Amino acid sequence: MSTINIIKDRARQLGADQLDALQPIRTAALASFDKLGVPAVKHEEWKYTRVSQLFNQAYQIGADTATSDLNWQAFRLPEFETANELVFINGVYNAAASTVRSAGLVVLPLQDAAQGEYASIVSKHLGHSAQYLNDGINALNTSFLVGSVFIGVNRSTEIEHPIYIYNINDGRKENVFAQPRTLVHVAENAGVVLVETYGSIGSADHFTNQVVEVVVEQDARIEYYKIQNDSARSSQVSTTHFRQVGKSYVHAVTISLNGAMVRNNLNMVMEAEYCESNMYGLYFTSDSCHIDNHTIVDNVKPHCLSNEFYKGILDGSSTGVFNGKIFVRQDAQKINAFQSNKNILLSDTASVYTKPQLEIFADDVKCSHGCTIGRLDEEGLFYLRSRGITEAIARSLLLHSFAIDILEQVKPDAIRAYIDQLISERLGS
Amino acid sequence: MNDGLSTIEQQITSDYKYGFTSNLEADQAPKGLNEDIIRFISGRKNEPEWMLEWRLKAYRYWLKMEVPDWANIKYPAIDFQDIIYYSAPKQSKKLNSLDEIDPELRRTFEKLGISLDEQKRLSGVAVDAVIDSVSVATTFREQLGELGIIFCSISEAIQEHPELIKKYLGSVVPMTDNFYSALNAAVFTDGSFCYIPKGVRCPMELSTYFRINAENTGQFERTLIVAEDSSYVSYLEGCTAPMRDENQLHAAVVELIAMDHAEIKYSTVQNWYPGDKEGKGGIYNFVTKRGICAGVHSKISWTQVETGSAVTWKYPSCILKGDYSTGEFYSVAVTNHHQQADTGTKMIHLGKNTRSRIVSKGISAGVSHNSYRGLVSVAKNASNARNFSQCDSLLLGDRCGAHTFPYIEVKNNTAQVEHEATTSKIGEDQIFYCNQRGIDTETAVALIVNGFAKEVMNQLPMEFAVEAQKLLAITLEGSVG
Repeated sequence: MSTINIIKDRARQLGADQLDALQPIRTAALASFDKLGVPAVKHEEWKYTRVSQLFNQAYQIGADTATSDLNWQAFRLPEFETANELVFINGVYNAAASTVRSAGLVVLPLQDAAQGEYASIVSKHLGHSAQYLNDGINALNTSFLVGSVFIGVNRSTEIEHPIYIYNINDGRKENVFAQPRTLVHVAENAGVVLVETYGSIGSADHFTNQVVEVVVEQDARIEYYKIQNDSARSSQVSTTHFRQVGKSYVHAVTISLNGAMVRNNLNMVMEAEYCESNMYGLYFTSDSCHIDNHTIVDNVKPHCLSNEFYKGILDGSSTGVFNGKIFVRQDAQKINAFQSNKNILLSDTASVYTKPQLEIFADDVKCSHGCTIGRLDEEGLFYLRSRGITEAIARSLLLHSFAIDILEQVKPDAIRAYIDQLISERLGS
Repeated sequence: MNDGLSTIEQQITSDYKYGFTSNLEADQAPKGLNEDIIRFISGRKNEPEWMLEWRLKAYRYWLKMEVPDWANIKYPAIDFQDIIYYSAPKQSKKLNSLDEIDPELRRTFEKLGISLDEQKRLSGVAVDAVIDSVSVATTFREQLGELGIIFCSISEAIQEHPELIKKYLGSVVPMTDNFYSALNAAVFTDGSFCYIPKGVRCPMELSTYFRINAENTGQFERTLIVAEDSSYVSYLEGCTAPMRDENQLHAAVVELIAMDHAEIKYSTVQNWYPGDKEGKGGIYNFVTKRGICAGVHSKISWTQVETGSAVTWKYPSCILKGDYSTGEFYSVAVTNHHQQADTGTKMIHLGKNTRSRIVSKGISAGVSHNSYRGLVSVAKNASNARNFSQCDSLLLGDRCGAHTFPYIEVKNNTAQVEHEATTSKIGEDQIFYCNQRGIDTETAVALIVNGFAKEVMNQLPMEFAVEAQKLLAITLEGSVG
């Protein structure tokens, strides 16, 4: 039986086992996955990322949650002692390993949230990303919803310490297929910092298909950092979908340093006036790493501002893909939307595919996009070399300064220092 | 902005100025498409056997293909059996001078302002005028002949220069390239052929005027230009079509081949009937245009001003195969009312030290949609490739759309590729600035739009620049944003 059929069977079985409030959503998503299937190369959004090849092998699906001997602590981020830590093992939330410290922060199993006081929020916002990602991969995640989590930030609460989310895969025995799912609700006038990271244990292949949906209410603020520095045997499709339902502020930074095939979907749906969102990304790849960043900015209402800036450094035979879409709907006048993508190719065998796309239906807007692809600035190199700096150091200095634009957008000092350290190690400086 | 609204209305109500029909007796094939029709076309044109085989092969391939649907355009499905694939103005004998042309046809040209003798006398432009599908007059042929330049209709070329046609036809746009190029290969009725021998600089601009004339007639032009080593040619193509209610299909193929140090400049002013203000009627312009810079230091430059057609779907492309070759693409696309345009270019860098430049200006008004879709591809071995792309959109009115789909694929680290794009409307402050200085809003808009498109207009040969500027003004008359 093919991997896809095994996965479908498993999803159907879940339907029989788990009779909770999420069941109708799973059933609908499974039907949609049945219809859409895994996107092939012909699918415009998956033209450069052959996700179907990830389904050519067998996986252990779902979770083996015996964590007693699992050394996930190695992946902990700096200052974890004071942070809120949420741990997903093989895509399933592990409450025992997680710690929730801050007042005003609610972490619940999604199926429980779907019934209690958050029921209306869950029913209104869960699965909203499917409207923007009309492909089987998104539906596949929704058809499981096992060990999913609801994170709620209460009204007018500034969560003092960041929330760290660890997505750990245990591949010591078998290949792992993990589907973590999170719904985040940032209530009116609340503020929160979320940091996600990924780690694999064991030498098997890992495939993570993650969906995080974030609802940002009036006057709320969220900073979201995604750090991808996983093993070369880890592939992932990671969707982060922001829905700004009130005037709010979103600041998202994606740092991709390693992995096998990594696809990030980052969506900003700006459904209220005066929303602001920033999207920054850095991909620094080598060997045969494949990093694909797809972003969508949908301006539904007027007077919004969005800024997007992605930078890539590509070495070895790695591939970088960038696809940025900006939609401006007819009634969304007075929009400012900027997008930029810059790439440096370090080797003969690296390649870049970029497609900065604008779709504008309103006339009173200022939208721009730009992209560049080139190699390291020869003159800069010469300048440094002529001052007695070795070529290796000169290159590393230049690359570091290229990356710093994005690095500066990581606001928590400890996290920025941590990422800087990872980049410096890569640059050998 | 009341002023703006009323001027938009003026614009919307302005009729297509070139919409008239000339009553020529046409020699037509029956409606529909099958192998017999292709044999009929081939037979009518006294084509040799190999040409018929080529057409049939294309037709059989076409049957297996599906209508492409990836473009950002919407139109009702085309019934390919409801089209007349061959229609020739009745004319049995070959012409020796312009005087022998059907007087009715002459008047048609005069209404369009392209009277052949006047052109011949005043501007020194050789005109290969195509009405419907058969070339009716070719001027300056002798003068060009002295230099060894061959400039004739493609049907004549098939008869007289079969070795060149066999060698180059379909070499840049293979019949299997896409749905419409296969269709064109099967049923093309006429077009132009131009061959510039080694070291010759063509002394005049070559131009062809296309017209769609008889009702229900699709036009399938085929143009082939070959520039041998160190030669130069500038080719102009202009279109105006009469008003029709029924949608008409135009699926042309243009192939350019530039050898070592050769340069081809191809300019287009396209003003097919765009349909009425409800979006009824109008031409479907589905064209495949592609040039190959086959030799070192060769250059191909596309310039286009697109103001007409209900649906425009074309991507004049350059394959930069020769080392140090250059590709250029300059485009102004204007859409109004219900017009749709999905246009752009492809720059395929294969050779070393190749350069390309893309400047695309899209202007949308009314409820139209204007898309730029371009590909810049740098292959693994194309060292030191350089590309600069700029695509700007101007929106006039809040019901229109501007879309940008640039694809950039780079597989070589010595490449330097830049792309930038902006979308905006005409700033109120700009209009205000002009008003302050006593320039009325209408003129201010014309001024700003002309400035916006100037970079492209400057690329047009003199003869076309005037016509193009007029067209721009007519199309956008009063569309104050």
